[in-house]
Amino acid sequence: MIEFRGVTKRFPDGTVAVDKLDLVVEAGGITVFVGPSGCGKTTSLRMINRMIEPTGGTILVDGRDVTATDAAELRRGIGYVIQHAGLFPHRTILDNIATVPLLLGWSKAKARSRAAELMEIVGLAPEMARRYPAQLSGGQQQRVGVARALAADPPILLMDEPFSAVDPVVRESLQDELLRLQSELGKTIVFVTHDIDEAIKLGDKVAVLRVGGVLAQYDQPGRILARPIDDFVDNFVGRDRGYRGLGFLSSDAIPIGELPTIALGEPVPDDDAWVLVVDSEQHPQGWLNGAERNGATVVEADHLVPGGSLYDIGSGSLRSALDAALSSPSGQGVAIDAEGRVAGSITADDVLRALDDVRRDVAAA
Amino acid sequence: MNLIAEMVAWLTTAEHWTGSGGVPVRLLEHLYYSGLAMLLGLLVAVPVGVAVGHTGRGSFLVVGAANALRALPELGLLILLVLSMGIGLLPVVLALTVLAIPPLLAGTYAGVRNVDRSVVDAARGMGMRESQVLFKVELPNALPLVLGGARSAALQVIATAAVAAYVSYGGLGRYLIDGLRQQDYAQMVAGALLIAVLALVVEAALALLQRAIVSPGLRGGARRSPTVDVARSEHDAPSTQRPPAPELAGVER
Amino acid sequence: MVWEWIPRNVGVLVELLGEHVMLSLVPVLIGVVVAVPLGWSAHRSASVRAVLIPTSGLLYTIPSLALFVVLPGILGTQVRSPVNVIVALTIYTVALLVRTIADALAAVPSMVVAAATAMGFRPARRFVAVELPLAVPVLIAGLRVATVSNISLVSVGALIGIGGLGGLFTDGYQRNIPSEIVAGIVLVVLLALLADALLLAVGRLTTPWERASRVARRSRA
Repeated sequence: MIEFRGVTKRFPDGTVAVDKLDLVVEAGGITVFVGPSGCGKTTSLRMINRMIEPTGGTILVDGRDVTATDAAELRRGIGYVIQHAGLFPHRTILDNIATVPLLLGWSKAKARSRAAELMEIVGLAPEMARRYPAQLSGGQQQRVGVARALAADPPILLMDEPFSAVDPVVRESLQDELLRLQSELGKTIVFVTHDIDEAIKLGDKVAVLRVGGVLAQYDQPGRILARPIDDFVDNFVGRDRGYRGLGFLSSDAIPIGELPTIALGEPVPDDDAWVLVVDSEQHPQGWLNGAERNGATVVEADHLVPGGSLYDIGSGSLRSALDAALSSPSGQGVAIDAEGRVAGSITADDVLRALDDVRRDVAAA
Repeated sequence: MNLIAEMVAWLTTAEHWTGSGGVPVRLLEHLYYSGLAMLLGLLVAVPVGVAVGHTGRGSFLVVGAANALRALPELGLLILLVLSMGIGLLPVVLALTVLAIPPLLAGTYAGVRNVDRSVVDAARGMGMRESQVLFKVELPNALPLVLGGARSAALQVIATAAVAAYVSYGGLGRYLIDGLRQQDYAQMVAGALLIAVLALVVEAALALLQRAIVSPGLRGGARRSPTVDVARSEHDAPSTQRPPAPELAGVER
Repeated sequence: MVWEWIPRNVGVLVELLGEHVMLSLVPVLIGVVVAVPLGWSAHRSASVRAVLIPTSGLLYTIPSLALFVVLPGILGTQVRSPVNVIVALTIYTVALLVRTIADALAAVPSMVVAAATAMGFRPARRFVAVELPLAVPVLIAGLRVATVSNISLVSVGALIGIGGLGGLFTDGYQRNIPSEIVAGIVLVVLLALLADALLLAVGRLTTPWERASRVARRSRA
């Protein structure tokens, strides 16, 4: 648990980067600091491991003042991941990851075997161990950076815009990896980003900071989307916050309708309606538009119109349900179960009706 | 091609390889002065270059000194020292050391300075103490440029050691000076060849050394002459500038 | 040390200075003219580069005195001829600059070159109008090193009788006049620093865009 008590950072030239910040970072979750340039998010993060020293206030980690411990020792107990990874170019990937364990005095063999474990955990192929950072792509380097931070199994992980320097596709997979890792490891993570979408996706709690280092709002992402505290937060969160907010609302109440399916290879029905085509495992393949069947006799892959997004009954939200309905060429969203098999249909009307119910429940809470 | 024939004749004359004026002796003398000067130069230049490169303070002085010392005429310096101290090992080695320092200083400074700032930041953030950051991270990464500076320095020293013969000292330069006085052109050219070969051999040896001790992860990139790099860093050529990392402003150790 | 000889010999000093300037400057000028096309071809063609760069490295390794001595045999000149010194220093300048120019051209952002080509520049015009100007900073840095080195190396030529201000060293040694040597050193260093400053100024003048970005960076900091 990390506590900021009236923490201030004033630089010698007079700029106040962080202004009397009071915040409690809860243990075991991902807390995101987000805000525009100059809001002090990185400065705040770097005060936790004393890369920057506060000019006022105190920071407590698990009840102990960070200034009470020797800085180098403090840092060995906190994982630190930065934007361009900062991997040591002169050491192999394996030795890079083994750095902190070696600093802590582990034997070389033990440190290296731990490093190999971590490579597997972050999804790096074992043959990368003997390579050098210059030979890796940006995304791979970032994975190494995360592995390196986790090597000594610190309870706290500080991440300073770790995914900002990679392209959006790689960024998304790294974000998903982080969420998966976190579900296995349960670390206390403080994550800094300027991207509100990343904050909302990753954060269990999000702290929105204003220019000048002032805390604007600190809450669960769903609540920030639903109830921004002022115009600044509203603007910062951006457009479509209503729609994005649906991502945090449960969709259990939505009824799943019947959805007749037809398999590949079966005869084409003599009907102008849309029909969902599945494979032998009941996985959706696409839609057949009956009105344009043009004399086809057997259902083949070429005839299919690509379907929209899929709504997963177990893990989906109102947003994914609505999107499934809206993006379907037939107007019927496809609902699937955990194995990816077709479970039924969903319409936009169903979602909006469920939305009313959910909002009533939230207002009552 | 009388010249080549004469030179070969000189080189194949046995008596030129024996005695106190023979090639082996002169060669060893030459290597002795050069080696001593390199050693002293390293002892002076490396700590200064590392200190200035690591802390960033005094960089103007280092760059200025490196440039100014490069302008110092080796012959003049040598003669001046000999006149003040008399003929001996000390003035010769001193002159050579003064000439070895600029490339070593420039190389060391540029090497340490050019280590990626985010690598140093990550090292500190992981809990390395300053000395560990210096020895385990900055120096290994600075090695390519430091060794580049050492190679330049070695060449400079070997070339100037040839000039030491003018002040009646030993070394391979004796063949040039004596040959000039005696109008023995074959001797001069043979001496010139020997010096050139020595320089090439030393350069090759240092290149191999560089290959051996620099981490494979650092190959490909830092092989430019450090003197040009130092001049460039003071000129701020945009293509070599990395975008300044805003989060590193105000870092305190 | 005695200094009275200086006012009496100003004429000689000026003459030596003039000789020194000529001996160091001419190689630089010739060197640039020769090195630019060579550097350009090394930049364009990897096979040319594979030959030129190691050769330049090799030539640069050869100590100056050795080169001064060997050249007369190859060129057919007298040992004590200014041509030896000029050719030797030109070789050094070219060896240094070919590498520098190839690197400088490589440092020009490839996107800028591509944009120029897409706009319809032919290679020769593009080189003169786009690549060369952008390569100037590194080129100037190389020129400064070459010029300062040359100015220092010319004095070594005194050992074969052609050394410009280097003559003050040999004369001072033979007649045991330390002040003459000091005067020589001071003059050589001043000349080198002056040339260095001039080149730096030329560099700044020919790259006004660098000045602007330098100012912008300073005001942002």
